[in-house]
Amino acid sequence: MAAPNVRCTSRDQYPRRWAKTLKLELRGITKSFGTLVANDHIDLVVESGQIHSLLGENGAGKSTLMNVLYGLYSPSSGQILVDDVPVNFSGPADAMAAGIGMVHQHFMLVPVFTVAENVALGAESTSFGGVLNLAETRRKIREISTQFGFDVDPDALVEDLPVGIQQRVEIIKALVRNSKILILDEPTAVLTPQETDELMDIMGQLKAGGTSIVFISHKLREVKAISDTITVIRRGKVVGSASPDASTTELAELMVGRAVNLTLNKADATPGAETFKINNLTVMNDAGQRLLDDVTLSVSQGEILAIAGVQGNGQTELTEAVLGLHKHVLGSITLDGKELVGKSVRQVLDSGVGFVPEDRQDDGLVGELSIAENLILDLYKSAPYSRAGTLNRAAIAKNAISKVAEFDVRAQSSQDAADTLSGGNQQKVVLARELSRPLKLFIASQPTRGVDVGSIEFLHKRIVAERDAGTPVVIVSTELDEVLELADRIAVLFAGRLMGIVPGKSSRALLGLMMAGLPVAEAQEQMKSQSESGTTEEGAQP
Amino acid sequence: MSGTDKNVPAEQTPGTPGAPGNPGAPSIPGATGTPGATGAVGTPTAPSAPGNAGKPGKPEKESSASQVVREIMSGSAMISVLAVVVALVIGGILIAITDTRVTTAFGYFFGDPMATLKAIWASISEAYGALWRGATYDPGARTWQGRLGIFETLTFATPLILSGLSVTLAFRVGLFNIGAKGQIILGATFAGVVGFMIELPPGIHLLAVMVAGAIGGALWGGIAGFLKAKTGAHEVIVTIMLNYIAVSLVLYLLKNQLRDPSSSNPISPRMHETAMFPLLLGPNYRLHAGLIVAILAVIVVSWLLNRSTLGFEYRAIGANPRAARTAGMLVSRGYITVMLISGALAGLAGVTQLAGTEKILDADIAGSIGFDAITVALLGRSKPWGTFFAAILFGAFKAGGTSMAINANVSIDIVAVVQSLIVLFIAAPPLIRSIFRIKEARSEGVSA
Repeated sequence: MAAPNVRCTSRDQYPRRWAKTLKLELRGITKSFGTLVANDHIDLVVESGQIHSLLGENGAGKSTLMNVLYGLYSPSSGQILVDDVPVNFSGPADAMAAGIGMVHQHFMLVPVFTVAENVALGAESTSFGGVLNLAETRRKIREISTQFGFDVDPDALVEDLPVGIQQRVEIIKALVRNSKILILDEPTAVLTPQETDELMDIMGQLKAGGTSIVFISHKLREVKAISDTITVIRRGKVVGSASPDASTTELAELMVGRAVNLTLNKADATPGAETFKINNLTVMNDAGQRLLDDVTLSVSQGEILAIAGVQGNGQTELTEAVLGLHKHVLGSITLDGKELVGKSVRQVLDSGVGFVPEDRQDDGLVGELSIAENLILDLYKSAPYSRAGTLNRAAIAKNAISKVAEFDVRAQSSQDAADTLSGGNQQKVVLARELSRPLKLFIASQPTRGVDVGSIEFLHKRIVAERDAGTPVVIVSTELDEVLELADRIAVLFAGRLMGIVPGKSSRALLGLMMAGLPVAEAQEQMKSQSESGTTEEGAQP
Repeated sequence: MSGTDKNVPAEQTPGTPGAPGNPGAPSIPGATGTPGATGAVGTPTAPSAPGNAGKPGKPEKESSASQVVREIMSGSAMISVLAVVVALVIGGILIAITDTRVTTAFGYFFGDPMATLKAIWASISEAYGALWRGATYDPGARTWQGRLGIFETLTFATPLILSGLSVTLAFRVGLFNIGAKGQIILGATFAGVVGFMIELPPGIHLLAVMVAGAIGGALWGGIAGFLKAKTGAHEVIVTIMLNYIAVSLVLYLLKNQLRDPSSSNPISPRMHETAMFPLLLGPNYRLHAGLIVAILAVIVVSWLLNRSTLGFEYRAIGANPRAARTAGMLVSRGYITVMLISGALAGLAGVTQLAGTEKILDADIAGSIGFDAITVALLGRSKPWGTFFAAILFGAFKAGGTSMAINANVSIDIVAVVQSLIVLFIAAPPLIRSIFRIKEARSEGVSA
């Protein structure tokens, strides 16, 4: 790996260092895997100094296309042109040498290395005797950091940095290698709204500095806010391009391929009795660290409480504690007055809790089992699916047929393994299973993560229908759009603590402040002082 | 990730073209929805959960060892068959090049190439012919026993079926039970104690021997299951160590408490007649009623895995323990119970070996059965009936190997080489796939 990188730093880069901008063109790129055509004759022109967004649903072929561009895959046919010269990348090193940098969705950083070490990695400059020389790298990092307002310390350990800063390290890595075209693959998926805004600023400055950016996203709001040009990809094909002035509905239609109802028409909640209560709940890990710290909240029948927050702030622990998956739990969780803490998962499920785990593939489904079997994964012991320890195959098959039809699971056969389904359909299987019995509480974590827009609409309707049937519903989501869409009330978690509970119609800015760690009172205070001094952030309102 | 496409959209009506009212968007042909043509589009590499990036410290879902086992298990039966074929072909090459007739003929290859080919053919066909006749039916044999090798095959297969099932069942729960050997030894030891130390009426005695053997094996397997469930100790390490302990333990007992007073060797007295499996075909053949027990065990395990709620739990735990736990299954209890059952099956294998064929307990009662069981389970794709047929194949190798050594003068080690090659090819499915140019298929649902 080292050899090609050294080549690109020493020989190829110097002429390009002064070439201000770069134009990129993809002509007829086709990439197939066996019989699957992931990219089908894609044409794309990224003009120099522009932000070009690639919009498409999960699985539309965006990432494949970018991996082709970055030299990770070689295209089955088609051509890549940099500044109108055809190029042939046999690996990322070639792409980097040509001035293309990529920030992957999953960061490629070594956590125990410092920022400078990570940036130098793969293109280390060494002095006499093979001693690593980081001084030059540090200087470059500082230079770039000040130029674009990155605020990154070259000597910080990467594992100590928040996700947003880690992302900047990735961007610096690309810039140090003199990338003139930067590919950002779903960069906002892991950021708070504030961090997202900061990233947008950075993107604007990079553009002003002459860097072209390919921005990959499925979030319409962000794409509209930052792009110069938008190209929409569906099922491996370019289905159109749009200007950022296009309406959200138009873009969504283009992306999904049919009319989509983006706003959920739900009636106001008519809350009944408060049947689900969490009192002073604390969850600790084996080391005694508090992952969830003294949280108290309650949910009424016929109400959706959404729990917002950046990933990893205690949401997972909260839901898992309710289900009885955690060992070290203090406080109480009651449903209909009955204590759930200390009960086994089986007992909690049997008391009427429907649970959709955060990670459907790890926790929600057994991929090797059939769709039919997954639809009874936590019901297999009850009639009519089994009797005296023997499975009733006819009843299982019958249930599968009706659930697959009701939830519109697109499958060849309900006897197929669940991991042959797409993400959206897998999620439908999990929801179909959990909503298929009388519930006293419904908890869903990330109910639509990785799910295409069309399915989101359907799943949201089902969740609201469950609320309207009088079930208390708890939704955990890191997607603010989803929280605002579904919630009757919103609870915000930060570092395991409850920042407060606000009404469902609260502003993005307020929620963003709370997600960043301000308790509700302070957040409201800050909002007020900001609006008085007239510095409300643009685009921060829902 | 799934390669199938998500969300096959409804046909676009003509009234809703790609992007209504986008002046800057001259929709490229194809924008107006051609679902038929693009039905198979989808990206197999598209990451499914963008938010996962926020959890860099998330532990791996499963250890790489069990992933490898999973990979091996998910192959098709076709791979098993082809692995046997390729192993036999290579075995044939080895037979040919070690045969002096072939090497002599090769000396004048350019003078008479046909002589070499004839010699190769004669060498291989003689050896495999002898193997086949020894394992099935040999019309030329002088005795009846020698003539019907098929019964010898089934005799050898009996303990392999039971111990193979033991490994198979544990596999399906995601546990790699290397400890069949120790469980066989413990099962045989418990069975032996009841078989030669206690006197009971006929029928009841044999039943007691079987129960004791199952308990012995279950105890030994259960230790591994218990340690796995309670402390997370890896079952591979634990069962290997338990094998050593079992060998030493039985040797100690045979030198002391269980020793036949009339012998100076560390062997036990002979089992009482009432404790032994009846011979199925009279005194001329070794085939005993243990085979019936083994076949019943195949039926029971098959039912257990595919039709019972317990088997449903086992399959779910084996394929995805986290999802099983979230669905309210008790994963640790699953590990313990499956190792008890698995150990009991291996223990029964020990019983058939002792009360059916050997009749006297010695430290080598398990022979190579414990490790052949793993191969048998692998070859049988960890399906009960697959294991059954794989065990019969290995029984045939054993029965025919002797005949091949005697009648074709081929070293019996060739059989061991063929068996090892089978393991090699099964363990490397990509190798077999590339030899036969088989496309990699998704693992089908675990329903058989």
